[in-house]
Amino acid sequence: MSAADTAARAPSAPSGGQSSSGRPAGGRPAEPPPALGHPARVREARDLLASVVMWAAFALALIPLVWILWTVVSKGYHLLSEGQWWTNSQKGITSRREGGGAVHAIQGTLVQGLTTALISVPIGVMTAIYLVEYGRGRLAKAVSFMVDILTGIPSIVAGLFVYAVWVTTFHFQRVGFAVCLSLVLLMIPVIVRSTEEMLKLVPNELREASYALGVPKWKTIFKIVLPTAFSGIVTGILLGLARVMGETAPLLILGPYSKSIATDLFSGYMATLPTMINQDRTESLQPAVDRVWAAALTLILLVLLLNVAGRLVARFGSVKK
Amino acid sequence: MATVTGVSVADEVPGPPERSPLSADGAGTRRLGDRLFGGAAQGAGILVIALVTLVGLFLLWQAVPALARNEAGFLTSREWTVSGDHPRFGIVELLWTTVVSSLIAMAIAVPVGVAVALFITQYAPRWLAKPAANLVDLLAAVPSIIYGLWGLRTFGPKYEPVQTFLQDKLGAFPLLSKTSVSGSGTVMFIGIVLAIMVLPIVTALSREVFAQTPVAHKEGALALGATRWEMIRTAVLPFGRPGVISASMLALGRALGETIAVTIIVSTLADQTVWSWSLFNGGETFASRIANNAQEFDSPQKAGAFIAAGLVLFILTFIVNAVARIVIERRKAFSE
Repeated sequence: MSAADTAARAPSAPSGGQSSSGRPAGGRPAEPPPALGHPARVREARDLLASVVMWAAFALALIPLVWILWTVVSKGYHLLSEGQWWTNSQKGITSRREGGGAVHAIQGTLVQGLTTALISVPIGVMTAIYLVEYGRGRLAKAVSFMVDILTGIPSIVAGLFVYAVWVTTFHFQRVGFAVCLSLVLLMIPVIVRSTEEMLKLVPNELREASYALGVPKWKTIFKIVLPTAFSGIVTGILLGLARVMGETAPLLILGPYSKSIATDLFSGYMATLPTMINQDRTESLQPAVDRVWAAALTLILLVLLLNVAGRLVARFGSVKK
Repeated sequence: MATVTGVSVADEVPGPPERSPLSADGAGTRRLGDRLFGGAAQGAGILVIALVTLVGLFLLWQAVPALARNEAGFLTSREWTVSGDHPRFGIVELLWTTVVSSLIAMAIAVPVGVAVALFITQYAPRWLAKPAANLVDLLAAVPSIIYGLWGLRTFGPKYEPVQTFLQDKLGAFPLLSKTSVSGSGTVMFIGIVLAIMVLPIVTALSREVFAQTPVAHKEGALALGATRWEMIRTAVLPFGRPGVISASMLALGRALGETIAVTIIVSTLADQTVWSWSLFNGGETFASRIANNAQEFDSPQKAGAFIAAGLVLFILTFIVNAVARIVIERRKAFSE
């Protein structure tokens, strides 16, 4: 096959789709269309083979998804169907004992997630407004670049950074709020990017109509642009929330686990679903193992719920062009 | 459309040309409200720049004292003794494990991810394309600790026989030789799990650029008698190449920094283990070494050593992400 391939490349002259495509001069110079010199049978066979490969790749990508969901659901569902999972904490429960619930962890995850959102949403949305409505020139380019870098910051580095500020510099304790700060770093870029996309979808005619009526720019943004893009922004926030709620790495450094319910973000340890899973992941005693899977299922449900909600909001309130 | 993967090229698509009047200097930008609001927006942007800068500066500031006391070569040593009066630590082993596992992940995720993206944009029937894209995106929504749990308890035991088979048959190659690690906690295995985790990133971005291939290019190829595959090779892939490169870099950045899944799965090696090039060896990545020792940050010197490792990871991901950005930025010029 490969010998035939190289042999066939030589005779075919550059033509067709390639030369008119306006490709970069720096790219590979006009590569001859690869297979046009082959007999029809070979070309058809290759086309068929490619189709099969594409379908197979898609099927391959679905295997882990189905496998993971199946594993977590089948191992976790029976604890979730017990009432106490949703009402009790793990206070006083050891690895050998059955029982207890995850309400402390669910509550911690929600409290930390919402606090994170409260801080990151204003910053993220304002940054996006800056990029779309105000930003020109080098500062805007720099902001956009930094948002990209922030998107790529490993979560453990975000945790380390907050540790370096919060604990080693200011000598505060490791508390829930420190976790929120590190999660803010991870949530801001998600919100900026999604809000930015939505603001760009708002038709210019709307802004111009508003300006023409003498409405100042800030009021135009506030009353016309943001409401038009509202549902898209909400979607971005929900997806960002889903990302940070499932995050574990910063919590290892900043948010030690606790078995009882905690509501104070500024003192004491606060449990979350990821740290609850992490706490018992090495256990081999069955009650603890069951609880790990149940906590995993609870976390997946929470994250999926946010994702589905985000998509529904996007579908039913999208910007009309 | 916002994606779960958090990556997108939409930002890079040239906006409509009538965008420029939007700077709307005529729209009364000198009013108090405008100055306040504009200032707040600009402030938020500057805050983002400041945050990234601070991350770098703080890590550096905390790492330097520990590095100064380090008695071994930070970039060359395999030791990791961070307490006591004579700390000796180096990152060469962490670097190896981190980079190699991520490269394995790339070797799997890029071809499969691109194929899935081609499937979604070029092959899937209309009714399937959207759900298929959503399903693949769903992989990105699964929290990484669940990948770790699944990898350790479910996938790992199934993978072990494959690994044993490979070691038995191909153990003569140094990269595939037997090591002291018996289970599935090997570099190879975390590479595979990471590949699954970053697959949606590769797919999401590639999908977007493939979908933007000019119809004229595709129809031109088809009109010349190209089969669908030939059309993809001559029109879609060349057009999408920068997007694919950029997507791969972003995915690489994600793989380099992935923490909890790797921490859960990989077998750490005891001190003084003999060095092995084998992909079936255990080890620790930057992120997993930090995570494994997170409870022991009790002195500035100890914390400093781990922060130094974190700094290297930060620089590594910074470079990778910056390259991704530059590649896609260059594409802007050619996409019309």
